[in-house]
Amino acid sequence: MNLLEVKGLTKKYGDKLALDGFSFEVPKNSIFGLLGPNGAGKTTLIRILNQITQPDSGEINLDGRPLKPKDVELIGYLPEERGLYKSMKVAEQIIYLAQLKGLSKTVAKNRMYYWFDRLNIKGWGDKKIEELSKGMAQKIQFIVTVIHNPPLLILDEPFSGFDPVNANLIKNEILTLKEEGATIILSTHRMENVEELCDNIALIHQSKKVLDGPVKTIKRNYRSQTYEVGFHSESAEEITRQLSKNFKVQPAYFNDITAQAKLQVKLNDHQSTTSLLQFLIDAKVEITHFSELVPSINDIFIKTVEQHG
Amino acid sequence: MGNLSLIIKREYLARIKNKAFVIMTFLSPLLVVGMIFLVAYLSSLNNDEKKIIALHDVQELINKELPNTNQLGFVDFSNLPIDQAIMRADKEKLYGLLYVPAVEDAAISNPNIEFFAKEAPSSFLVSDLEQKISRIITDTNLANAGIDKTQLQQAQTKVNLQIEDFDGQSTSKLAGYVKMIFGGAAGYLLMMFIIIYGNMVMRSVIEEKTNRIVEIIISSVKPFQLMLGKITGTSLAGLTQFLIWLIFGGVILLISSSLIAPNEPGIVSAATPVDSDEIALLFQNIMALPLFKISLSFFIYFIGGYFLYSAIYAAIGAAVDSETDTQQFMFPIIVPLMLGIYVGFFTVIENPHGTVATLFSHIPLTSPIVMLMRIPFGVAWWEVLISLSILFASVFLVIIMAAKIYRIGILMYGKKPTYKELFKWLKN
Repeated sequence: MNLLEVKGLTKKYGDKLALDGFSFEVPKNSIFGLLGPNGAGKTTLIRILNQITQPDSGEINLDGRPLKPKDVELIGYLPEERGLYKSMKVAEQIIYLAQLKGLSKTVAKNRMYYWFDRLNIKGWGDKKIEELSKGMAQKIQFIVTVIHNPPLLILDEPFSGFDPVNANLIKNEILTLKEEGATIILSTHRMENVEELCDNIALIHQSKKVLDGPVKTIKRNYRSQTYEVGFHSESAEEITRQLSKNFKVQPAYFNDITAQAKLQVKLNDHQSTTSLLQFLIDAKVEITHFSELVPSINDIFIKTVEQHG
Repeated sequence: MGNLSLIIKREYLARIKNKAFVIMTFLSPLLVVGMIFLVAYLSSLNNDEKKIIALHDVQELINKELPNTNQLGFVDFSNLPIDQAIMRADKEKLYGLLYVPAVEDAAISNPNIEFFAKEAPSSFLVSDLEQKISRIITDTNLANAGIDKTQLQQAQTKVNLQIEDFDGQSTSKLAGYVKMIFGGAAGYLLMMFIIIYGNMVMRSVIEEKTNRIVEIIISSVKPFQLMLGKITGTSLAGLTQFLIWLIFGGVILLISSSLIAPNEPGIVSAATPVDSDEIALLFQNIMALPLFKISLSFFIYFIGGYFLYSAIYAAIGAAVDSETDTQQFMFPIIVPLMLGIYVGFFTVIENPHGTVATLFSHIPLTSPIVMLMRIPFGVAWWEVLISLSILFASVFLVIIMAAKIYRIGILMYGKKPTYKELFKWLKN
């Protein structure tokens, strides 16, 4: 079941195409990574989903029916460029923005205290934003995004501006929200977060979708039959030379303090993992390291973008 | 509560909680009253200083009748020759010397009286002396001619022309001044309010844009709602300030005038001798003004003019990134406002119902100011209605146009747009 279905979204600014027939689906209760180089069209897409910008053509369905103006209350949006009223008090500000999302004042107040508790920021209500540090203001911004319990969260670079401790805190909050039933669209340049959090991704490049699907499937598709091998042997150089005759071998750099030889071995099309292992066993070396070199999303990102010029 | 009313409430509270607003609201009437007090106090200081004037009047034409008062005193130097008298007056640091030369004829027709002083005397003092002397000499002349003073006074008639227009509405010169002052003040106040509060709207738009909070807000509400809420909330703050000033200033002026009046009778009489009849007439004229009509039209024209201009201010705020970039766009705001004021002060006063005044009281960018200045002179209700219809139709149009620029502008960062680009946004 998909919470969000987008079909053929197109948006032009003057002569410039910002989105070109963009389609994707976000399954309910999952984290969806929206990736792409700067200026690819991510912000345009996010603004269209938030109904800040109107698309020229295309269809958006939320929970099985066309997106309508009132649906802004079902979305929590954390823009990349953060902003709050500097001279307004924290509590007043949170309640005001929650009311704009359709909460009553009482409910907004209760939820605010709940989140103050959850993020360990009790007693900040009377402070003005200008008195807070950047990280503190980011926490307030996060509360503003999630206070109305939106089924769909759109988070644009949610970790920027946080120190590692608070970034981790927010990461756990995002995972908790997912457990509680929320669907999350995460736009970020931090690939380690994508690997860690996302179930599905889509990659935008030059206004077009160039790649999408579940993270596991994509990674499987980008496997290159390459392994990292480390072994211990008195005739390491000779064995390496022989290995090169049968496989594509390159020096490798991984963490293994016992290995005399550290190699990256790529299998040829007809070869299997077993044939590589068999070779090493026959050579009577002591294998200290053996792992498949799984492509990172970072590598896939760079490779895909470069392929499409 | 609807989103629009939430925005209006926030904008209103943000304005009136602002320190500058509080200070301006409560301090400026105090300042105005303080200034009045200061001026009154300083001029009373001036008057407290008793001026001693030497009198050289050999034939005693006037010296018997000149009274010593708190402000003026006279010493007789008639026994000295005139040049010595002048030297002595200078040596004794007297304020001046009044020289009445000897005359041959008993009936003085054109006395050649001179006043010597170290510094040029104040014009108040001179006219005061002139009046006193002229009364004394006139009385002497009357007595010499054998005319009874009281009989003469009874025979004199004071004529005040009752000026009426063809509809039977009476006016007078004084009424003209009163109308001019009321209309001018209302028009000027309106312009000040438009500039001050329009600027507030603009600054608040720029703040939201540079803060980037605007993106969060317009993910909840339409940009049009935000703009309208901002303009409305700010206008309510303006009306609040106006009301506070009206009450506050009125009360303080009332108290202060009752405090000043009995102590300083000299100020009024020294400036222009106004008799009680004329004060009564002044009040009568003020009361005769269509005060309710003026207040009501101030209110309506304030709403119309303010919404017209602040929509433009909001669009400008959305188009730029910082206040320093707004200068080039201020031109289309300031020019019509200034034009309104100048047309008001020059043509309305000269001919309130002339072609120019009538024309400008119908052009929406100037009508709030010019029509307000015309209304005290009596404008037919249908004419006001036409002017208001044009004004509010333009308000509607301008708000729609401004919203188009606003909607695009608030999400545009970086380069300051040109007029050409703004025009392109309008067509979008």
